[in-house]
Amino acid sequence: MDSRPDIARAAAEAAARESYGKLVAWLAARTRDVAAAEDALADAFAAALERWPRTGVPEKPEAWLLAVARRRRVDAVRRRLTSEAGRDHLKLIAEEAEARMTDEDLPDERLRLMFACAHPAIESGVRAPLILQTILGFDAATIASAFLLSPATMGQRLVRAKSRIRETGIPFRVPERTELGERLDAVLEAIYAAFTEGWSDPAGTETRRRNLATEGIWLGRLVASLLPDEPEALGLLSLMLFAEARRAARRDPAGDYVPLAEQDHALWDHALVDEAEACLRGAATKGVIGRYQLEAAVQSVHAARRLTGRTDWIAIRELYDALFSIAGSPVVAINRAVAIAETEGAVAGLATLYVLGDDKRLNDYQPYWAARAGLLARLGQGPQAVEAYDRAIGLERDPAVRRFLQEKRTALTR
Amino acid sequence: MRYMLLINNDEAALANTPVEKAQQMSAAYAAYTEALKKSGAWLAGERLRPTQATTSVRIADGKTNVIDGPYADTKEQLAGFYMIEAADIDTAIDWAARCPAASTGTVELRPIWEMADYMPKK
Repeated sequence: MDSRPDIARAAAEAAARESYGKLVAWLAARTRDVAAAEDALADAFAAALERWPRTGVPEKPEAWLLAVARRRRVDAVRRRLTSEAGRDHLKLIAEEAEARMTDEDLPDERLRLMFACAHPAIESGVRAPLILQTILGFDAATIASAFLLSPATMGQRLVRAKSRIRETGIPFRVPERTELGERLDAVLEAIYAAFTEGWSDPAGTETRRRNLATEGIWLGRLVASLLPDEPEALGLLSLMLFAEARRAARRDPAGDYVPLAEQDHALWDHALVDEAEACLRGAATKGVIGRYQLEAAVQSVHAARRLTGRTDWIAIRELYDALFSIAGSPVVAINRAVAIAETEGAVAGLATLYVLGDDKRLNDYQPYWAARAGLLARLGQGPQAVEAYDRAIGLERDPAVRRFLQEKRTALTR
Repeated sequence: MRYMLLINNDEAALANTPVEKAQQMSAAYAAYTEALKKSGAWLAGERLRPTQATTSVRIADGKTNVIDGPYADTKEQLAGFYMIEAADIDTAIDWAARCPAASTGTVELRPIWEMADYMPKK
């Protein structure tokens, strides 16, 4: 798969992003000026991305970045000092940070920065992009492609969100126990959004997207390690690991889509599955159930097929019932209908789907039509199934899934 | 807002597509068109004949030049279009991404410049 230089490059890039994120968080937490913190480090970060893959990661990566930042930006900062009052302390802070690092590590403020990025005062759609940019240093164009937005729009939203952090005085702190649950949800949701955008390129043909899934897991690990007592942080990590473990099995050698039920479980990454199970068990010891733990539990049931050779649909049905009662999104509702079809028959499943059909949002929602088509086909209602397949095909982005649906449709008219 | 989706494909590569794959592709376009219509987004859409059927006309210095072939020699050629109604560019991008051409070539998105936007009201 990956050659050795690729692995070295990826490791160097990860180290550069890690140090960059720590520094941005540390600077921004003190000035509340995320844009200025990013500005101050932009050149140094670019230099690190370019140089570290060749020279290796320096012994003190944060100190390296700050030293380069200072050398390269001294003029720029001087200019800014005269033109823009209020940013002048940034340089002093950078120097303070550099001095500190001679004898100790920089405190990790990334969690605080994440809470600022996922604050309720920040528009929900921009939270995940903001975290990807500030913590990982992705540029607006890369993030825009992953989230299917124009680079200009994404750039504007990010700039606006950063001014909002500064101007409305959004705090850089980990919320108190009483409000932690709700606020943590927003952080986890942003991380999961990053992961799922990456996940939607199963073949891994678009490097940008594949990276996003990896980075989502990386952020998930970070949050789980910084908040070890939060079961939902572990639940999300578990969920992402289960999904990632199946990456290789989602396409056959010809690049065609393989649905979960038909995947060869020998192709699953068993080490990742084990880790996912361990996270889920760890979360369960805290005794507080939540959305991500339930979703991870569904994945755990699917993963159990590698041991038992069958899928326990009754367990899945119960988990989706629970999920539906605490987080009744259309996605959950559709999956629940599929689980009902597996346990009570296609008629019951279809009836559940038809009730959902009143929701106008589902009109242009591919999974709804694909599920509906599958159940209609099973009931021998050919013409209606064909119609539903056509809708699903017309709404699908991924060419491999589109081919899969087209073949299902063709089989009906043969 | 109205948006034009300009479909650009590598004609030569497409001409070499095996029959079965080409049929699958046509069916995908048909399904896509149908999804646009069912959603109320479809305004118009047509496929264009390949560039070998193209003629370009240009008048310079009072002389009319008629040229066989397209105006610009590009790697991908204009192959068709859709005109859609979308609430905003984000929705339009969603539709562009679902277009089969997005995975074989490029879908260029252009907002229609409505006359009311550039002709001041008298």
